[in-house]
Amino acid sequence: MSRKILLDKINVPGIKSYEVYRANGGYASVEKALKTLTPDEVVEEVKTSGLRGRGGAGFPAGMKWSFIDKKSGKPRHLVCNADESEPGTFKDRFLMEYIPHLLIEGMITSSYALGANLSYIYIRGEYMWVFKILEKAINEARAAGWLGKNILGTGYDLDLYVHCGAGAYICGEETALIESLEGKRGNPRIKPPFPAVSGLWANPTVVNNVETIAAVPWIVNNGGAEYAKIGIGRSTGTKLISASGHIKNPGVYEIELGLSVDEFMNSDEYLGGMSSDRPLKAFVPGGSSVPILPANLIFKTANGEDRLMTYESLSDGGFATGSMLGSGGFIVYNDTACIVRNTWNFSRFYHHESCGQCSPCREGTGWLEKVLHRIETGYGREEDIDLLWSIQAKIEGNTICPLGDAAAWPVAAAIRHFRDEFEYHVRFPEKIKNRDHFVEEPFEKVKHLVGKATV
Amino acid sequence: MERVHYTQNINITPELLARIEELCSHYPADKRKSALLPVLHEVQDAHDNWLSIELQDKVAEIMGIKPIEVYEVVTFYTMYNTKPIGKFMFEFCQTSPCCLNGVENLMDYTCEKLGVNVGETTPDGLFTVKGVECLGACGYAPMMQLGDFYQEHLTKEKVDQLIDDCKAGKITLHDKG
Repeated sequence: MSRKILLDKINVPGIKSYEVYRANGGYASVEKALKTLTPDEVVEEVKTSGLRGRGGAGFPAGMKWSFIDKKSGKPRHLVCNADESEPGTFKDRFLMEYIPHLLIEGMITSSYALGANLSYIYIRGEYMWVFKILEKAINEARAAGWLGKNILGTGYDLDLYVHCGAGAYICGEETALIESLEGKRGNPRIKPPFPAVSGLWANPTVVNNVETIAAVPWIVNNGGAEYAKIGIGRSTGTKLISASGHIKNPGVYEIELGLSVDEFMNSDEYLGGMSSDRPLKAFVPGGSSVPILPANLIFKTANGEDRLMTYESLSDGGFATGSMLGSGGFIVYNDTACIVRNTWNFSRFYHHESCGQCSPCREGTGWLEKVLHRIETGYGREEDIDLLWSIQAKIEGNTICPLGDAAAWPVAAAIRHFRDEFEYHVRFPEKIKNRDHFVEEPFEKVKHLVGKATV
Repeated sequence: MERVHYTQNINITPELLARIEELCSHYPADKRKSALLPVLHEVQDAHDNWLSIELQDKVAEIMGIKPIEVYEVVTFYTMYNTKPIGKFMFEFCQTSPCCLNGVENLMDYTCEKLGVNVGETTPDGLFTVKGVECLGACGYAPMMQLGDFYQEHLTKEKVDQLIDDCKAGKITLHDKG
């Protein structure tokens, strides 16, 4: 049984309410931090913990905090990134919906560490009912004296608000999120300057994912060194994994980093294996943007070692034989899933969500989608596969923000590992048009999508 | 192609104005524009879930910003509607995990039942069917958004029930809590 840090109280009846949360030890980290630790000491604890950003990039949180410009004299801000929009990822919503005060407690403790007196939780607009839950919880915390002026009589002031987006995946990128929070289009900014120097309203700002901030209360209560004992190597602590696809038990799981992929996939405590008797074909471990891996590379690395749920093991061998832990969006495919169709689906997503600021992304994502669509619908040409490879290579690394990479990697990985499937589509178009191969039953009657292939 | 100008009754009630002012108070006094996205949600909710040009101009006036600053936001984000839509908008998530669980079939089924194509509204103005990108409910697929709420683990029977409930006025679209 894995140790739980974020979800240990999730089954306590009424934990969503302030009274129950407080009665179960809630807000202790705020008390401890504000009364017994300096802000720098809190930052040090987070550094010691080895906590890495849980939004996808995996950058050490304590180090990110230490970059914040304290000398400018400008107000500082903490912004929680709750714009969860990566296909396959739905973990942050779970935390916010079922234990909202954990995030608010983390926001207060983290804001104190950063010297921020005005902080925001930026939540995607589609999660409107979660927005209401958070707004209510913030009001409860304010009424109980955990927010506002002179918190606990320590002289520390903090205002915290929840702010809703309006449907744009790109706002999960930290500078696009800041633009959006300023009431503008979510166009990413060129970095540097990084938000730690010039972020919200040009003030020093830290943007952290929900799960990252929610881990802070435990770290402050128990010490960074204790947190660092959980997990393996530089992958410390626990991680929320959101699992979907062809598995028996989809949902959100908290695992200790270092668990084997095999155990996570097949034990009854977690995913319980495949949802039908069809064999495993592929999986995406960290959300749609990370490379897909074929069955033979899922449980073992290229070196023959057990593949573990860690940042390092999942990326073992680079993208040739590895992938990324990313956001922990774990999507599993059985052998009836069409990889070409899945890749087109992802490409459509990235085309739709590109902000249009950079030409390689704006034009390239649309081009990828078109070529993939014609291959998928049985109108592909032999040279299209190399064309796809060429387009994705021209997007990767050539855009202001990582959306370009996110659009390119799934295409590259699909061709790298499943080129035969693309070739089958091109060489046997009539079979593809008749949907008798590589296509699972639910795809058989897709009238609104079939027959619209255009160059 | 003929350009259609959609007209709309503008109804900024004192309650709505108070809510707008409250939202603006969440930001520093000289950063009032930051409240634009939440304000647009509130205004849209109060105006049959869409925002005409005239209404956007009104929002600009209330917020003390230029109309273009509202237009560029409204056209960037997918949740703002710039023309009338059905009272009940079925927004099916059409990203990979939902597709693996048959959402495309459900969309076809819903469209057939309502007699519309994806993106269209029924002649009585009650229903719009739309395909949207990931709604972050992949483990509860297939799903759709209806108003402020998610309808998860959808089946044809659940879709039938939802349509009946919408027609019977049993569905709450917004929780003003």
